[in-house]
Amino acid sequence: MADALQALVEQVAGARRAGQTLRIRGGDSKVHMIGRDCHADRDLKLAGYHGVSDYQPRELVLSARAGTRISDLQLLLAERGQTLPFDPPAFAGSATLGGTLACNINGPGRPWLGSVRDAVLGVQLINGEGELLEFGGKVMKNVAGYDISRLQAGALGTLGAITEVHLKVLPLPEYSVTLAYDCSAEAALQQMAEKARQPKPLNGACWLDGRLYLRLAGAQQAVQHTAGIWGGEQVETPLWEQLRDLTHPFFDGEQPLWRLATNIHTPAEKAGAQCIDWGGSQRWLRSLPGTIPAGSHLALFAGGDRQSEVRGELDPVQQRLQLRLKQSMDPAGMLNPGRLYSWM
Amino acid sequence: MNSIDRGQLLADLRAILPDHCLIDDRESQRPFECDGLPLYRELPLLVALPETVDEVQSVLRCCHRLAVPVVARGSGTGLCAGAMPHPEGVLLGLSKLNRILDIDPDARTARVQPGVSNLAISGAAAAHGLYYGPDPSSQIACSIGGNVAENAGGVHCLKYGLTVHNLLSMELLTVEGDRTSLGGTGLDSPGYDLMALLTGSEGLLGVVTEVTVKLLPTPEVARVIMAGFDSVRAAGDAVGAVIAAGIIPAGLEMMDALAIEAADEFANAGYPRDAQALLLCELDGTEQEVEHHIAAVQSVFTQCGASSMRVSADEAERQLLWKGRKSAFPAVGRMSPDYYCMDGTIPRSQVSHVLEEIARLSQHYQLRCANVFHAGDGNLHPLIMFDAGKPEEIARAERFGADILELSVAVGGCITGEHGVGLEKLAQMPSQFGEAELHQFEEIKTAFDPALTLNPGKGIPILKRCQEYRALPARHRHG
Ligand SMILES: Cc1cc2nc3c(=O)[nH]c(=O)nc-3n(C[C@H](O)[C@H](O)[C@H](O)COP(=O)(O)OP(=O)(O)OC[C@H]3O[C@@H](n4cnc5c(N)ncnc54)[C@H](O)[C@@H]3O)c2cc1C
Repeated sequence: MADALQALVEQVAGARRAGQTLRIRGGDSKVHMIGRDCHADRDLKLAGYHGVSDYQPRELVLSARAGTRISDLQLLLAERGQTLPFDPPAFAGSATLGGTLACNINGPGRPWLGSVRDAVLGVQLINGEGELLEFGGKVMKNVAGYDISRLQAGALGTLGAITEVHLKVLPLPEYSVTLAYDCSAEAALQQMAEKARQPKPLNGACWLDGRLYLRLAGAQQAVQHTAGIWGGEQVETPLWEQLRDLTHPFFDGEQPLWRLATNIHTPAEKAGAQCIDWGGSQRWLRSLPGTIPAGSHLALFAGGDRQSEVRGELDPVQQRLQLRLKQSMDPAGMLNPGRLYSWM
Repeated sequence: MNSIDRGQLLADLRAILPDHCLIDDRESQRPFECDGLPLYRELPLLVALPETVDEVQSVLRCCHRLAVPVVARGSGTGLCAGAMPHPEGVLLGLSKLNRILDIDPDARTARVQPGVSNLAISGAAAAHGLYYGPDPSSQIACSIGGNVAENAGGVHCLKYGLTVHNLLSMELLTVEGDRTSLGGTGLDSPGYDLMALLTGSEGLLGVVTEVTVKLLPTPEVARVIMAGFDSVRAAGDAVGAVIAAGIIPAGLEMMDALAIEAADEFANAGYPRDAQALLLCELDGTEQEVEHHIAAVQSVFTQCGASSMRVSADEAERQLLWKGRKSAFPAVGRMSPDYYCMDGTIPRSQVSHVLEEIARLSQHYQLRCANVFHAGDGNLHPLIMFDAGKPEEIARAERFGADILELSVAVGGCITGEHGVGLEKLAQMPSQFGEAELHQFEEIKTAFDPALTLNPGKGIPILKRCQEYRALPARHRHG
């Protein structure tokens, strides 16, 4: 694997010398999502650079190369009763660890279980100078130097080609139950707020098609006891996997898929298809919302015009900082040009 | 460094701040000469204590115009000389920005000014059955702005995360005095995650003027198990065994014999004085969950050979058992004229090895060392005891500390888990990072602060800018 890594470094360094741009590719599961369409002179393929390099269940730490499949990681972890807490989509086995971090894509438990951004402990990456760098490490806490590992989350590969990731993993919950209630979106939002304020083992809250779903997970007695108090109908449902993998019929069809990052106070949309997830913090919409409340961020998650900007504008100060940051890691702008913003 | 026109600076700042917000005379500046690590002291040109964000902005603009270094300061409890003033600069104290602006129980957030103390947030949230997760032992005093700048942790971080995991948004002033906001009301924001980058950046990239933190529901029950062990190794194994049993305790702390003695002397907590190591394991959640986990952890500790065990029966007993741990630093302080707190983090499997090595180094340097640490996270806090009245002993304590940090790196860990690099650990940065990584840090620093006037000489060694380099005290010049 050392040779394969060297070859990757050489490809980036070579492209840098030749003044060429690179499109970084993992499992191609998210090429048409999250970011803008990216056009570059050459591809840098990470899918072949895979494998778990270290896994210490007692340390709750796993290290794997960027091309490792999420589905393979989940299988390995499950053997030891552990899991990736951020529950990322596997996209039918195609999603890779590197792409998951670069996209910061997370499952329905995010408000309670955190994100891949939260779980990452360290990364190895190749910056736009073709240098192989290591930040963070395999320990739970590390504040030496800037947190360049977490900075990769959501950067869509524009700051570096991620080659290896060190992650915090967690035990699988012992027991889980989903409760369902028929109600309006407004009533669901109210319930979500009320339930999330209680110290109960809640780790999923979604409203879709006239039903509110609450997921409880943890010690069996605690889950059953809470389910007894909260009532509702206990259901067996593939909903959480369908939300995670975007395979629910809500996500079908050609219309654009918008994602609004917001909080519980944002009212439900009056018209148009919507799915309220993450206890009210994430709204999936199939049409542009009427208003975007201050502090909320709207992104064109999938479909639509992916040549245009797909995420919100930055204020001039932040735009300047972000551009300078980009230049500090990729001065020639050769990594995934335009994937995050047209000007980056 | 260009010499700074102090008269000009004073005149310009007087036009911005009321008189009582500027400290000009040497004697009144003394309380600001160091943070919680008094080995390093320096007086600034001026201390500025603005009362509004607009004033902070004007101070920054003024300093930027005059190319004057600025060092932000929260409560000054830092343990790495991060807030130590710059002799040619302004110390920008944020303690007067101490208002809790809003508690939103439905969104479970608190919006606060940077000078608000960590504990005050939980205090204000308590009325809503909520609290703020990260709980550094200094929480009565330390500010949320300082917590953000250091990515502070606490005894509950294994389960509830560090500062970086508990932030939703922040307001930032750049070195030029330009305002921007990072994060948002939701969990994703456009562009790069500057909030993650700013957290733990030690005041080198910007000045945080407002923070919105996430709040958590106060658990129904929390109980703590205290277990004594005949050896550090057995206690270390017990930590791994709890994790292997699929339990994530709310807190899992270890103390060695010297720390047990010091803490128990101080807090009268009823710690087992004959034990070589003590574990405090807190479990929280619903009644049912806690009952279930207490039984499980008790059986793990028994299997691992615990020599004594006690479970808190009520809240008062839980508080008492924690009191010893939370006052361990001052307790050790009573055993010795001075102590020096290290902060390396290591893989948990290396705990007994590293503690044995520390004991050996303690012999070698002829200085006592007590160990208190966040065992669940592998974050060590060796407390080296010395007498600052004896310069030779200071030098020995520093060498001992440096050896511990290098040992932490050698076993796969890092030089600092939560206290930061500041001025203190600058010399150890090259043992954790290669030249290319250090260079990358420097590029990021200059992206935010091209003239290197924000907290210069701290956090990251500046390799190519020798002007900066010369600003460091002699013992931190390394080549
Ligand atoms: C007895 C004791 C126990 C401690 N226990 C813990 C513990 O359990 N966990 C832990 O993590 N730490 C602990 N600490 C260390 C310390 O309390 C933390 O680092 C804390 O976060 C510092 O906060 P402060 O407000 O005192 O910051 P200061 O010491 O004033 O400053 C720290 C750094 O932050 C920068 N800064 C401050 N405010 C701002 C701002 N608004 N914007 C930008 N930069 C800013 C400063 O420039 C400096 O670099 C302990 C310290 C003591 C003395």
